[in-house]
Amino acid sequence: MSNNSLVSISDYSKEEILSILDSAADFEANPNRKSLDGKVIATLFFEPSTRTRLSFETAVIRLGGSIIGFSDAATSSSSKGETLNDTIHMVSSYADAIVMRHPLEGAARYAAEVSPVPVINAGDGANQHPSQTLLDLYSILKTQGTLENLTICLVGDLKYGRTVHSLIMAMSHFNPTFKFIAPEELKMPDEYKVFCKNHNIPFTESTELTDNFNDADILYMTRVQKERFQDLMEYERVKNVYTLKNEMLENSKANLKILHPLPRVTEIDPDVDSNDKAYYFQQAQNGLYVRQAIVSKVLANMPII
Amino acid sequence: MEKKLKVAALKDGTVIDHIPSDKLFKVVHILHLDTCKNQITLANNLESKKIGSKGLVKIADRALAENETNKLALICPDAKINIIRDFEVVEKRPLVLPDEIREVVQCPNPVCITNHQPVQTRFFVLKENDKTKLKCRYCEREVKAEEVRIK
Ligand SMILES: [Zn+2]
Repeated sequence: MSNNSLVSISDYSKEEILSILDSAADFEANPNRKSLDGKVIATLFFEPSTRTRLSFETAVIRLGGSIIGFSDAATSSSSKGETLNDTIHMVSSYADAIVMRHPLEGAARYAAEVSPVPVINAGDGANQHPSQTLLDLYSILKTQGTLENLTICLVGDLKYGRTVHSLIMAMSHFNPTFKFIAPEELKMPDEYKVFCKNHNIPFTESTELTDNFNDADILYMTRVQKERFQDLMEYERVKNVYTLKNEMLENSKANLKILHPLPRVTEIDPDVDSNDKAYYFQQAQNGLYVRQAIVSKVLANMPII
Repeated sequence: MEKKLKVAALKDGTVIDHIPSDKLFKVVHILHLDTCKNQITLANNLESKKIGSKGLVKIADRALAENETNKLALICPDAKINIIRDFEVVEKRPLVLPDEIREVVQCPNPVCITNHQPVQTRFFVLKENDKTKLKCRYCEREVKAEEVRIK
């Protein structure tokens, strides 16, 4: 197995996280380089995710590397029943690193175990999506000037939303205060509340969006999906209550920024887009620089075989 | 004549004592005693000062493999293993879970890679206060030790 793989945000220490963010800032200043000249990166998307795939592929191409791969499982040999182990071995004989998205949880950890080249997890089911977490951190750092001592308000689907779970893990290095705002059905699981308690991270919980974020530095919105609800009446109610509107931001802090992993549905009203506090589109763009930093890191210091 | 139940003495083999009564047949199942050809003595609902009602298994001429004691440690962590040689207890082995359990446990997460591909399961053993939890190395889900499915 290659130790350079990035499967889960918890694979990185605080120092490694900070060094990725440093390096991302360098790439933002100068995104076009030839540092991956001659390298081949495979993007294996066993489930489609155009947004993430284009971001990774652009990151590689702007550094002079080349891309091979597939964008959904129907066109891959796995549709003929090939095991993941065999696909990874076949691809690793062509590529210097593998970026992989897979619908099954744990697929990336397993791929990293059997692969002779580094594997970057671009999402394994509802489990991990570390490049998203790192771009969230980069966006927070860039807009607040620091990651330390911030109040972060997490809103929406806190039960199934993997981005918020990973964000809690990653922010635990930086002395945060959390506010969890979610409808009853989608409350933060105990596991993460226990994690906060064990790490002395203060948090509050509430079911109503209104006015709960006036002391927040970051408002992190997530998608509330219809299929998460057993009671569709409840979904309709929640959908309307959990829509962020411009007037709700009147008393918020001047430095507040609104993040969202995108795509959004109804949780942010389009009238917020023109507010200076809206940062979700720039956040998505930051993904490019962070992914350039990640690909460069996993390919750095590779043992010469 | 003595009224006490007399369980046949064992010359060589393994005695598993202090099995909670409701776990006895689970133990029978996971050790595959139903198809085991060795001499086996089962007893259940015996009086126990410690746990009220206990079960007991004696298996002649058989030592337990490590993955078998790992399974027992999950189902009945307070049971006691006695190794018998020539009618004497030569070793009392406490049941201890290792830091990592391989293969014997099935991940309860239906969308875990281990339930879809030929992947050996691996679980980290986490001890929180006096509760034991297992965490799947792959999908990272946690499950309470008493709720695990054993292969
Ligand atoms: Zn699992």
